[in-house]
Amino acid sequence: MTVATELDLQSFVLLRLGERRFAVAAKQIAELVAPSRVFRFPHRTPKLEGVILRRGRIVPVCDVSEMLVGKRLTSRRFYLIAVRNYGTQREWVAIPVTGECELINSEMMSASDSDAPHVAGWLSHDGDVIEVLNLNTLTPGPGQSLAAPEAQETAEARP
Amino acid sequence: MRLASPVKPSSAKTEQIILFRVSGQLFAVSSASVQEVRSADSMSGAAIEITAPGIRKVRQVVRRGDRSLFIVNGAMHFGLHAADGALLFVLRKTRTALLIDGIEKMATMTRLQALPLSFCHEERQWYRGLTALDQTVVPVVHPEGFLSPEELASLDAALLQTDNAARAALEETNSAP
Repeated sequence: MTVATELDLQSFVLLRLGERRFAVAAKQIAELVAPSRVFRFPHRTPKLEGVILRRGRIVPVCDVSEMLVGKRLTSRRFYLIAVRNYGTQREWVAIPVTGECELINSEMMSASDSDAPHVAGWLSHDGDVIEVLNLNTLTPGPGQSLAAPEAQETAEARP
Repeated sequence: MRLASPVKPSSAKTEQIILFRVSGQLFAVSSASVQEVRSADSMSGAAIEITAPGIRKVRQVVRRGDRSLFIVNGAMHFGLHAADGALLFVLRKTRTALLIDGIEKMATMTRLQALPLSFCHEERQWYRGLTALDQTVVPVVHPEGFLSPEELASLDAALLQTDNAARAALEETNSAP
């Protein structure tokens, strides 16, 4: 038996937001692309900047940095295009990141009840303990419009 | 031996759309949804002022026979910077006359993509979806999305109140010595 099977290794993509690194399960990542023009139009959903065009598909851009590191990104190097699940439906969502991404194999420790909802688990890499993100709770979706009605009332249109 | 029947090339379904601007922002609407295009000035003479609580985007109503058309300020509806609209779209099968800046051009839409599910607030009522035209993404508006049934009920109540006040004022004038 190999060490890999004993440890139940999984693939993760490490992404950088400012000074911090986070991880997303590699199976949830479609691709990493250079920043392109963001098309903005009025809407009332917080955290969504607009959409980008990628291979003929219209992909929403969701900046999760404010929620994770407490401030919006001033520069961005790539968009990490991730697959977001909405019940049985799956859609792409583009997440701006500030640095290179890295593919690693690691063992994930499950999240505990005391962890924030966006934490799917934890992994150890290069001496750092890194949060594995649960994109379904981090990016907006139909359920959240019901869960956070106050946000709906106060949100301003984002042209 | 039977050969598989050849697949007919599917004729791409297209739709004529009107690209228009509201407070500088580009939108599209199906041309089939626009019954009339009028200058805002041509309607203002026949318009009656109306105030319904909580509905700031409607300030005027136009009577057409037994129908009332509510003039919706597009900029206020979308939460954009207030702008004086120059044109009105009378939207078919609705009670909305939409105040816009102007028409950009006509175009043919070959594909309407559903609004991504990440957009989960009022915009789901505003838009039928998004379309890509000349490497630009344009939201395609929903003609019924400008006034909800609740807003229409509130506007009808305000209109009735305005009518009653006008009638009372007229009766008072007539009965004055």
